[in-house]
Amino acid sequence: MNALAAGHHPGFLSPTGVEITFVLVGLATLGAAVLTVSTRQLVHAALWLVVALGGLAVEYLLLTAEFIAWVQVLIYVGSVVVLLLFGLMLTKAPIGRSPDADSGNRPVALGVAVAAAATLVWVVVDAFRTTWIDLHGVVQGSSRATGVSLFRHWVLPFEALSVLLLAALVGAIVLSRREEK
Amino acid sequence: MNGTIDVLLRLLGVLVVFLVFPLLVGQTEHKVMAHMQGRLGPMYAGGFHGWAQLVADGVKFAQKEDVVPADADRTVFQLAPAVALLPYLLVLVAIPVGPHGFVGQNLDAGLFFVLAVMGVGVLGSLMAGWASSNKYSLLGGLRTAAQLMAYELPMLLAAASVAMAAGTLSLPGIVGAYHWWWTPWQLVGGVVFFTAGLAELQRPPFDMPVADSEIIFGAYTEYTGLRFALFLLAEYAGIVVLCGLTTVLFLGGWHGPWAGGVGWLWTLAKTALLAFVVIWLRVSYPRLREDQLQKFAWTVLIPLALAQIALTGVVKVVTS
Repeated sequence: MNALAAGHHPGFLSPTGVEITFVLVGLATLGAAVLTVSTRQLVHAALWLVVALGGLAVEYLLLTAEFIAWVQVLIYVGSVVVLLLFGLMLTKAPIGRSPDADSGNRPVALGVAVAAAATLVWVVVDAFRTTWIDLHGVVQGSSRATGVSLFRHWVLPFEALSVLLLAALVGAIVLSRREEK
Repeated sequence: MNGTIDVLLRLLGVLVVFLVFPLLVGQTEHKVMAHMQGRLGPMYAGGFHGWAQLVADGVKFAQKEDVVPADADRTVFQLAPAVALLPYLLVLVAIPVGPHGFVGQNLDAGLFFVLAVMGVGVLGSLMAGWASSNKYSLLGGLRTAAQLMAYELPMLLAAASVAMAAGTLSLPGIVGAYHWWWTPWQLVGGVVFFTAGLAELQRPPFDMPVADSEIIFGAYTEYTGLRFALFLLAEYAGIVVLCGLTTVLFLGGWHGPWAGGVGWLWTLAKTALLAFVVIWLRVSYPRLREDQLQKFAWTVLIPLALAQIALTGVVKVVTS
């Protein structure tokens, strides 16, 4: 927004250090993500997922969204992956290759993934085509800025999400309760 | 240029703290435990009351052979100690010691940074537990994961209560906003935070994941030499980080008489006192059973943390 108001459009041909870092971290994240779905070892997939999610957090940091970055690490790396690993250990994921990890759905999954990626890339590119974040001005992703925009402009989606999560929580408790006989 | 030197000096300072303080806590544990049990503890290494015992231990660990079990997943097995240790080094960067920018790096969302990165450290234990290809290690890893999931929530809620009270997520900002009546006001949250932190570090009485009488040493059973020493170091670095954080969040950090001059000394003194409590608990409490552990987290700590958040919110609204 700020950059737009200034009428200043940096070109693609003289990238700054941050932009180069952003692209490199992005490539590493993409590589880790591809390895997550292509590795034959179950636990390695979970660990590559850690790398991919961590790379995503670094990308948020480079975009000055510090709060989002740490929440990403806290929720996804700290909780979701731990839950995944817990499940894998409970089912005694073997060390080495799991030949039965592949199902016949591979081509379908690939198609869905490519379609989803294409849609997301198209939407993001179309929405933010000429928007540049001014890295040297006021930090646009600070916790204060995030909080203000969340609770001033996006209160309704926020509340809708909390209701959804509450419903999921209640549902999980109902499903996991044993029937008294 | 000056900025670069400043950053380098700060990072060097953090590294020195990271290398020295865990050893101090370890040595204190040797001596305090010994005296509480009517023993003397290490007396010979270094001459004066065995002060160099941990240096000698370090040399011993470095000499031992680094064994990787034949069936283990080599890469994951060897990476695990680094994953367990490095997060605590990163966390130390954000903990403020004294007023006027006496901190490695002032982060805007410092509170979230420390909690997020501390959670990553536990991945090291999980990796170790799975990659060792040992039943005891696997059981230890499972218990670690279950414990982390149960105790992460109360810890976060208690920390959120302090952030609400201070109106900021920055750690120096939280200490700056501190008043003496915060300690009684946030007392329940502080106890919950400290207890949940102990559980996250797997310190007694929450050391079910490494319970030596039933699963040898949990996820670390197969480790030898330096890698084993790194896991131990991670535990003691974790104690330093947890005590430092509790000091900063709930005990007012550098606040105290003559805070302008010797504020950093107050932070260190409070941290040391809490570290003593950690050791004291190890000597005096029996280990909780797995079901007791889970029950304690879900039925005691989480309701208490929620009550603390409600109290914080009410007081905040009434006084503002």
